[in-house]
Amino acid sequence: MNALFEFLLRQGDNVLVLGHRTSEWCGTAPALEEDIALANTALDLIGQTKLWLEYAAEVEGEGRSANDLAFLRDAYDFRNVLMLETPNEDYGRTLMRQFLFDAFQVHWLTALTDSKDSRISEIAMKSVKEAQYHLERSRDTIIALGDGTELSNKKMQAALDYLWPYAREIMLVDDVDEAMHKDGIAPLPSEILAPWDALVKSTMRDAYLTIPDSNFVHKGGRTGQRHTEHLGHMLATMQVLQRSYPGATW
Amino acid sequence: MSEKKEWPLWEVFIRGQHGMSHRHVGSLHASDNEMAMKNARDVYTRRNEGVSIWVVEAKHITASSPSEKGPMFDPAKDKVYRHPTFYDLPDEAGNM
Repeated sequence: MNALFEFLLRQGDNVLVLGHRTSEWCGTAPALEEDIALANTALDLIGQTKLWLEYAAEVEGEGRSANDLAFLRDAYDFRNVLMLETPNEDYGRTLMRQFLFDAFQVHWLTALTDSKDSRISEIAMKSVKEAQYHLERSRDTIIALGDGTELSNKKMQAALDYLWPYAREIMLVDDVDEAMHKDGIAPLPSEILAPWDALVKSTMRDAYLTIPDSNFVHKGGRTGQRHTEHLGHMLATMQVLQRSYPGATW
Repeated sequence: MSEKKEWPLWEVFIRGQHGMSHRHVGSLHASDNEMAMKNARDVYTRRNEGVSIWVVEAKHITASSPSEKGPMFDPAKDKVYRHPTFYDLPDEAGNM
């Protein structure tokens, strides 16, 4: 197993899967302004995907392109965390998922700007500005809806309850992370837990939401061991064009 | 919810890359000033249009009345001498 390739797939697949999920709102968001904002976010994430998967394809050295990796792999070859493949359900859950990810990603990308791998530090430097804006937006929306009406608070609490068992998979550590850490390529994801926890706690307090009292974590996404049943359905939509017309281009 | 309330209307002004002043670019809906700022960023600057944004809630703008157009603007129509077109501006003066 090529640890760097695995690491890059994890980075790329996280933003690819969340980017596609977010793009599913295009044309159907609850307000025109939110529709455009979500489309912008999705495009940011797909742009980041391109950078990660292009590098992953180079590192793999098997002649595959970023497009091949995105559109011609099956669910069991994806390395995104499970939370990001969960269905949008409603606007509250979509924004809660975005926030829980952004709260990790801003700290993570900031740390990656110090990577010994210059390509990774460059990708991180470009991506972190986008992540900071996403975080500002998702955090404000969580607070506005949590501290909104009785109904909006109830929906946000339901979103948090649903996503909480998935939220911390992204900070679990395995052999790939140990190898990246040893080579100075990335910190251990577990190092992000403390700042992530502080940010999530203060945000939920401001949003009048209660963090579930459970340490259970669903896992298997970032190792590829076990995805949820939702990923296959999502990929069927996302990949249909390349599967039906292999090699189709603009 | 028994009643569905619309977010208030905001007017958006953007100063472009080389622009001297903020220009009105359009309007949007938002629940408060911070959300209006973010929405303005997402709706009106996604093609690199600006370096600065102003948002103001539309109700705070006092507008001239269309019915007073005559007395308001017609008197300026024949005062051609108010245009500085009769002077040669030295280059050093820059933008006026």
